[in-house]
Amino acid sequence: MADRVYSKTHEWLVVEGKTVTAGITDFAQSQLGDVVFLELPNPGRKLEAGESFGVVESVKAASDLYSPVSGRVTAVNDKLAGKPELINSDPYGDGWILKLEVTGELPKDLMDEAAYKKFTETGA
Amino acid sequence: MVDFGGWELPQQYTSIRDEHFAVRRCAGLFDISHMGRFKLHGDGSFAFLQGLLTNDLSRIGPGRAQYNLMCNERGGILDDLVAYWGEDGFIVVVNASNRERDLEWMRDHAPAGVEIEDRTFEQSLLAFQGPSAASLMPASGLDDLPYFGFRPGKVAGTSALVSRTGYTGEDGFEIFVRAERVVEVWDAILEHSAKQGALPAGLGARDATRLEAALRLYGNDMDEGVNPYEAGLGWTVRLDKGEFVGRGALTSVKRDGPKRTLVGLKTGAGDIARHGATVFKSGTRIGAVTSGTHSFFLGHPIALAMVEVASLRVGETAAVDVRGREAAAEVVQLPFYRGSARSAAAAPAKP
Repeated sequence: MADRVYSKTHEWLVVEGKTVTAGITDFAQSQLGDVVFLELPNPGRKLEAGESFGVVESVKAASDLYSPVSGRVTAVNDKLAGKPELINSDPYGDGWILKLEVTGELPKDLMDEAAYKKFTETGA
Repeated sequence: MVDFGGWELPQQYTSIRDEHFAVRRCAGLFDISHMGRFKLHGDGSFAFLQGLLTNDLSRIGPGRAQYNLMCNERGGILDDLVAYWGEDGFIVVVNASNRERDLEWMRDHAPAGVEIEDRTFEQSLLAFQGPSAASLMPASGLDDLPYFGFRPGKVAGTSALVSRTGYTGEDGFEIFVRAERVVEVWDAILEHSAKQGALPAGLGARDATRLEAALRLYGNDMDEGVNPYEAGLGWTVRLDKGEFVGRGALTSVKRDGPKRTLVGLKTGAGDIARHGATVFKSGTRIGAVTSGTHSFFLGHPIALAMVEVASLRVGETAAVDVRGREAAAEVVQLPFYRGSARSAAAAPAKP
C-alpha cells in the first residue's frame, strides 16, 4: 500500500495510480472531538482541488471538508452514516471518507508523515 | 484542553460519548474546581444574601443549599449560583466566568460586618454524578443526605464537605476538598468505582448532560439582558420575601408577563443547532438558539431556544438555521431527559 500523504487542511490521502482514498487526520479528529454526523457527496460528483465537499459535525462544531485534489468521487464510505464515530476511532482505516479518481496533477504542498507532524506542532 | 473562563479544562478524557453514557448509566467524576467559591463571614450574612439574591433563604436552614439568581436593578441575571447555609456561615458557588464580577458586586453591596472571602484557589470542587454515584462513593453516612443537603464528612479518609447537588440531572455529590488533597480524593473515587463503569468526565459530557436536563448555562441561555421569567427560572424569584436587588423590575415583569421564553427543540440527525442560530416559524424570525448539542444518549440533537412568548407550543414544528439552511425542529417538553436526581422544586427542604 502506498504511503499516506497529508494536506494543510488536515486531510490524508493514499494515492494508488489514479485512485485516491481520503479521510481526515488523527490530529483533525482529536481537535474536532466526537464526530456525530457527516454530510458527504454522492458518487459521481466532480470536485476541484480546494473545494468544500462536505461537513463533519462534531459535538463542538461543524467543520467543512476540503478536497486536496481534483477528481471524481467514485466511492463514499457508507459505514459512516451509521457509525460516524469511526472517524474518531480509526481515522486512517475504517474511518476513510471517500475515494476519488484523480484528474490532473496532485498538488505540490502535500506532506509526508514527518513534515505533517511538524506542521501540526509548529503550524509551519 | 479548552479555555474556560481562564481555566484549562478537558473537553473529554477519553470520549464525550463514553463519558456521557457513564454519567447516565453509572457515574462520572468531574473536576469543577473552576467554579467560584466564596465564604461569607459575619452575623449579617443571611440578611445580606436575602437582599441580594432572588430566592428565599428563610425556606432552608443550616445544612441545606438553594439554587439562586443574582440580578441587577433592572432584573437582568448577573449570575446563577448555589448558596449553602453552613454551620459557620454561608458558602456561595458561582460560575467561573463571573467570579471576579460577582465578587466585586457582592463586596460593593455588603454591609459593614459582612466579609466575603474568595476560596476558589485553596479549595477544589469535584462532582460525582450518576444513578450509581451514591452506592459508589468511598464514603459512609451519605444515604440519608437529602437532595440539596450537605454536611462535613470524610471521602476516602480525607475531610471534605459533601453536598447532594449537581448539574447533570442525576443523583450525585459535589465534594469540596482542600486543593492539596484533591488528587488523592479524585483517585480514590475512581479506584472505588471504575470497575463498575464510572469514568472521569470532561466539559463535553457536562454540557450534554446539563442540556438534556435543561439546566441553564450562564452566558449561553441567560445573561444580564435576560430576566428570570424569560429564562424559565421564575420559581427562584420570591417577590414576597421582602426587598432585594431587582425586585421592583421583576414585579413588573411578572405582572405584565415575560416577552420571551425558553423552549426545547429536537432536530434530525446531524442538524445541530448552535448558539445564536435563528429560529423561524412560518418564515418569520421568532428567536434564537441559546444552547445546542448532539445528545448521544437520546440519539438526536437537542437545543434550547429563546423565542417570543406563546409563539411555539410543544408538538409544533419550527425551523432553525443549520449551516445556512432551514432544518425542521420539533418543539418538545423540557427537560429533554429526567435523570435520577430528585426534583429540587419538589423538595422545599425545610430544616
